[in-house]
Amino acid sequence: MTHDSFAVNEDLLSQFEKELGYKLKILKSGDAGAALNQAILSKKNPLADVFFGVDNTFMSRALAADIFEPYVSPLLERIPDRLKLDPSNRLLPVSYGDVCLNYDIAWFNQKGLRPPQGLADLIRPAYKSLTVVQNPATSSPGLAFLFTTIGTYGQDGFLDYWSKLRGNDVYVANGWSEAYYGKFTRARGGTRPIVVSYASSPAAEIFYSEKKLQKAPTAAVLSSGSAYRQIEFAGILRGTTKLAQAQKLIDFMLSPGFQKEIPLHMWVFPANPQASLPDIFVNHAKQSQKPVMLSPQLIQDKREHWIEAWTERVLR
Amino acid sequence: MRLNRHIPLVVPVLLFLGIFYFYPLISILLMSIVPQGSLEIGKLYKLISSGYYAGVLWFTTWQAALSTLLTVIIALPSAYIFARYDFKGKALIQNLTTIPFVLPTVVTAAGFQALLGPRGIVNSVWIDLFNHEQALIRIDQTFWFFLLAHIFYNFTVVLRIVGGFWSRLPGNLLEAAQLLGASRFRAFATITMPLLMPAILAAALLVFIFCFTSFGVVLILGGPRYATVEVEIYRQALHLFNLPMASALALIQIFFTLGLMVFYTRLERKISISLIMQRSDEGAKKFSSTGTRLWASVNFLIMALLLGAPMVALITQSFLGEEGLSLVYYMSLLENRTGSILYVAPIKAIANSVGYALGATMIALVLGWIGANFLAKSKDRWAACLDPVFMLPLSTSAITLGFGFIIALDEPPLNLRTSILLPAVAHAMVAFPFVIRGILPALRSLPRNLSDAAAMLGASPLKIWLTIEWPLLRRALLVGAVFAFAISMGEFGATVFVVRPQTPTMPLAIFRYLSHPGSLNYGMAMAMSSLLMITTAVGFLFLEKLRYKI
Repeated sequence: MTHDSFAVNEDLLSQFEKELGYKLKILKSGDAGAALNQAILSKKNPLADVFFGVDNTFMSRALAADIFEPYVSPLLERIPDRLKLDPSNRLLPVSYGDVCLNYDIAWFNQKGLRPPQGLADLIRPAYKSLTVVQNPATSSPGLAFLFTTIGTYGQDGFLDYWSKLRGNDVYVANGWSEAYYGKFTRARGGTRPIVVSYASSPAAEIFYSEKKLQKAPTAAVLSSGSAYRQIEFAGILRGTTKLAQAQKLIDFMLSPGFQKEIPLHMWVFPANPQASLPDIFVNHAKQSQKPVMLSPQLIQDKREHWIEAWTERVLR
Repeated sequence: MRLNRHIPLVVPVLLFLGIFYFYPLISILLMSIVPQGSLEIGKLYKLISSGYYAGVLWFTTWQAALSTLLTVIIALPSAYIFARYDFKGKALIQNLTTIPFVLPTVVTAAGFQALLGPRGIVNSVWIDLFNHEQALIRIDQTFWFFLLAHIFYNFTVVLRIVGGFWSRLPGNLLEAAQLLGASRFRAFATITMPLLMPAILAAALLVFIFCFTSFGVVLILGGPRYATVEVEIYRQALHLFNLPMASALALIQIFFTLGLMVFYTRLERKISISLIMQRSDEGAKKFSSTGTRLWASVNFLIMALLLGAPMVALITQSFLGEEGLSLVYYMSLLENRTGSILYVAPIKAIANSVGYALGATMIALVLGWIGANFLAKSKDRWAACLDPVFMLPLSTSAITLGFGFIIALDEPPLNLRTSILLPAVAHAMVAFPFVIRGILPALRSLPRNLSDAAAMLGASPLKIWLTIEWPLLRRALLVGAVFAFAISMGEFGATVFVVRPQTPTMPLAIFRYLSHPGSLNYGMAMAMSSLLMITTAVGFLFLEKLRYKI
């Protein structure tokens, strides 16, 4: 059971099915939030044996609902400690990626304006009306960007930053697609050259371009304190009747074979550093050296409060 | 209440609603409002403590009322032309007006953006040709934008339901009135309007409920400053995980529409008049005078601008690559670039969508037919109670129901959570109220004594049905079928929860493309949207052909 963005290579999966002697059935249940909520709702009679796609913003909710079995996979030791957020090993890190600002390179070249270097640039007068973000109440990158500002400006300072951003005519779209394909200058008819997206988006721009591009048309801003790290976890759903197979599936998801397919299918980085990255990721997808991360517990406690305060300050 | 002798007739509908609507809905409501056997009041405190939710409900209501009023005003003249005149391409144009119905909101937004956005056609012409500095139209994230979209989506509901009914109003009544000296206006106001009222009300009700539960349109076109109750349910359920609040809001939505329905049903019973309808093609004339031609042209122009232009803009985008005209987006649809197990070939997506839609249409027609027949035949309290109940699925939040499916339909014999049948069932549930509203006005207007007379003369029930009811109802049934098909082709909210990932529908495929960056993804979404429009149009034409065959 997983969310909309999950994808995997067909041959790889059928090969694993042969080894396992079982057929895998993939269930998708809306976006990450919707999928997790359904897993929690159906906990008496689980829909599936393994769940992939709890990220660090939803992690506390998943752990509090107690829907996962602990499992210490032998492959866990190969995964860097900074990605392991659950000491009880109910949720195992599978992939990670950074939510950050993206900008349209050609637009900034043409205007002779320096591309944004970090959050502080967005509130300068020269950058008025240039930025589009997503509503944290309805969008997961939008929420991640709100967390970025909280991590950087602190719980006492982030609302002032947003007031200034509002004063600088920031545009708030409800979802990622409306922002990226509606308002960003790379889209037809878009007028804003800065958008909140992912660090891998420039690589995706190359991969899904009409002509083979040598250089990405967009770039990601990854300076210290301007990106938020999302880590995605998988876990075995409590109540499974196929524990041994579920454990094998988790091992498979952490193995280099599966992990090296993650970048081009889901546009994030594999958690297992032994997985080789495709060229397009090596050349065009970067990671932030100092991403913002908030503790899952803090997020769980404050999420609703922050979103309401943000809505009050930016939209009303 | 005395038991109604027609009740056994309607058992299949009640059974269907019981299993697929009430059981999941009540399960989810109970689970979220009383999770551990006790009421969780704490999470509901905000519902009354701040005026916010009252504000949301008020906004939802009046924007829906305004959208409905505008849609009816704009579509009524066109309904008249389609009802009373015969012209080339009539069936085709009518079918084209229904296509917006299937378009996902993100795609509609792209269509309007290409026309009216800051760099859209209208503003580009204004800035470049007339040397203006500022854009002419700034409609983005405004109230007007989603009002416009509501008209775009619902125009066809009024056109088809009112137009279809109007075409069968006997023209000779009007002529008689005019012969007796009534002015044209007087004849219209005292004869046509009262006769037409049941159909107008039925259409207005559907439009109102659609706008009242509007989700994507408000979320995407209205932007984050506007929220309907449905948008608020979505936020509460998926992002804040405040299920008690989401359920309370869903209940408010249901009771509100239930109240409205009770009011409507009473009104409808009062105003429906039975008369002998003519065949739909009997009264249609050719355009004769310059005046009528001009009048019709203005109407066609409005339809072309309002409905045609955004769709043409979308299709144009699907053929416009970075270097001019190209088929690159269509070709890319055929390619599984990453060898993904979830890749879906366009022909497969079309087959999935059409398969679900045909299934949903069949179920909705059968249930709608049974339900409408029951409502038309019984005039007692049973019917008065059941009529509003039949409309409930249309006004229930897709998220709430989707969650309901997951927790209720989880054990044999109802272990349907991942069944291939579930999408068709979910679509049929939304579509069947449409079928009922589409055929009920026609059914009610069937004079009883006609069948009684036939029976007295010795005709068998089957013969009565075949020779009297069927010819008069065929068209209404077709309208129901068209809407059921369209609703299923375009449904997104509930589909996300119930469809299997390997058999996605076309709207789901569009959504997948639009969730990754890259010009190719955007282009493929436009190409798939164009295919969706074409497939739907072909489906309509097929249904239309069927009508002449049977």
